[in-house]
Amino acid sequence: MTLWRNQKIRGWIYQIAALLLVALCVAILADNTLENMRTRGIQSGFGFLSQPAGFDISESLFGFESTQPYWKAFLTGLGNTLKVALIGIILTTILGVLLGVGRFSQNILIRGLCLTYVEIFRNVPLLLQLLMWYLLLVEFLPTAREAEPFLGMFLTKAGLTLPWFGDMPVKAGFGIKGGINVSPEFLALLLGLVIYTASYIAEIVRSGIASVPRGQHEAAMALGLSRAQAMRLIQLPQALRVIIPPLTNQYLNLTKNSSLAVAVGYPELVSIANTSINQTGRAVECIAVIMAVYLTLSLLTSVLMNAYNRRAAIKER
Amino acid sequence: MLTTTLARALAGVTLCTAVMLSLPAQAGKTLDTIKSRGQLVCGVNVALAGFSSADSEGKWSGMDVDYCKALAAAVLGDASKVKYVPLNAQQRFTALQSGEIDILSRNTTWTLTRDASLGANFVGTIYYDGQGFMVKKELKVASAKELDGATVCVQSGTTTEKNLTDFARANKLDIKPLVFEKNEAATGAYHSGRCEAYTTDASGLAAERTIAKNPDEHMILPEIISKEPLGPLVRRGDDEFFAISKWVLNALIEGEEYGLAQTNLDEKKTSDDPNIQRILGTAEDMGALLGLDKEWAYRALKATGNYGEIFERNVGKDSPLKLERGLNKLWNQGGIMYAPPIR
Repeated sequence: MTLWRNQKIRGWIYQIAALLLVALCVAILADNTLENMRTRGIQSGFGFLSQPAGFDISESLFGFESTQPYWKAFLTGLGNTLKVALIGIILTTILGVLLGVGRFSQNILIRGLCLTYVEIFRNVPLLLQLLMWYLLLVEFLPTAREAEPFLGMFLTKAGLTLPWFGDMPVKAGFGIKGGINVSPEFLALLLGLVIYTASYIAEIVRSGIASVPRGQHEAAMALGLSRAQAMRLIQLPQALRVIIPPLTNQYLNLTKNSSLAVAVGYPELVSIANTSINQTGRAVECIAVIMAVYLTLSLLTSVLMNAYNRRAAIKER
Repeated sequence: MLTTTLARALAGVTLCTAVMLSLPAQAGKTLDTIKSRGQLVCGVNVALAGFSSADSEGKWSGMDVDYCKALAAAVLGDASKVKYVPLNAQQRFTALQSGEIDILSRNTTWTLTRDASLGANFVGTIYYDGQGFMVKKELKVASAKELDGATVCVQSGTTTEKNLTDFARANKLDIKPLVFEKNEAATGAYHSGRCEAYTTDASGLAAERTIAKNPDEHMILPEIISKEPLGPLVRRGDDEFFAISKWVLNALIEGEEYGLAQTNLDEKKTSDDPNIQRILGTAEDMGALLGLDKEWAYRALKATGNYGEIFERNVGKDSPLKLERGLNKLWNQGGIMYAPPIR
């Protein structure tokens, strides 16, 4: 009886009871799904992951053969997702910060351009932007057969091909051999994600800077710092506390939005999973893999950004 | 405060548990559902000329659509009582498994994996197809075996994707597949010149070529690299509806074999050929065995015409596609279209 009267212990009991109920709910849901699948003759299980995939993937970081198992195909897709997400996060941060800071420029043209940029790219759906970039790339660039090299590089419908460690790209057959190639699918996705997400980051940076009391800027001026120095050394560091949490969210969004790539033919995780679902019929399992991967990526991003946030916080001494 | 929150949470969890427990483990008889709903729900392709496409007024037509009409006519007595659910390649099986549709009539290739592991049964073959390639004539390619180094556009979630890989391996060709979720995106990339070739079933290539801006600029390569028997599917676990679906398809094919056309159907009712009498239900009642009435096949044939009429109207000589009957001729005319007897 005394135990029950204790606030703290009672709280714990409630928590545990709620957790058990949720677990029960999940268990019933899973059991029901499996039972339904069994009675309808839908095969299930993760065994298929070790079977040969049987399909090719147009680009991969470490090479992929159709004879390799499904789990390697998933890994290839994950590699492609990470590639576009990492490069995208770096570029979008640079662009976003420039645009956000630009909103405080004394030059009315720069201010106006930054505002226009934000209003346009934030309000057009990302999928449309992706399709637009892809269309621009594949409609207006020359085909590989018509292309002429520029400084040893080729920019064609087959993408951007650059010399690589003395390996010069040359025209051969239908396309271009040698060098390293960046596909138009990757370029379109990267452009779309960076340009779209940067418009949100610009707003986050703007509001962060606006949150720093004006006196800080005036004090910096009084000390004889230039406007650029005041922004870089006084205002931005203080604004970071406001900027980092919503910025984390944008990094997560960029990573998750890369799954729209299937519309422009870039083989990232979701695209590979879609193909796998259709070859094997294992919809529940493939969706579970996608969910687990994105959850892990989100949690990882969150942990890293929280650590950075603690470093950026004002140290109370 | 805590107690009210907990009470609410408890109520929520209890409710969701109750809902899940009351879900039936298996759907009821499909036929009963269709009858009580007064409508057949038929999964079709979003847009594939000749097989399933909607016009500007939202009216569906095509071979796959005609099969749905025939089935609705046989089961409900009215070919117009069909709700069409347009599905892309990736959605189709889930839609069937989950009961969103009664039947999937969407140019789907009959394979062992799909037959054995999707919880679905293939009703039969409505069109014998095979995978081919389309290229622009300016490429001066005469054979698919010259596609070494080429990028080929393909729609994801199809047997096509794997066949392409198999073909490239078998012929030692370096072919890069470019996979798009939507068929329009795949053909769009082909037309823009991103891909040297586009691959899908030969009938789909013909359909794509007819709607291309300049059909004469494209050619379909001679190689057919796979067998693609296309047909409708139903959910497993309902043998009654499975049988009805099978025999409606058979009736359309038998109808052609015995010369039962949309226009002469009523004259043929007086025919003394026992085969015709059985199909049209003027003598023996074959429908009773399927849980239908005796005019089931008559209504199906009246609604859409026989298999030959469906073929010519949608994809054959009376259509823009102008596909040859080829393998899809009847068995006694040099093809392999063969229906077990209605007797």
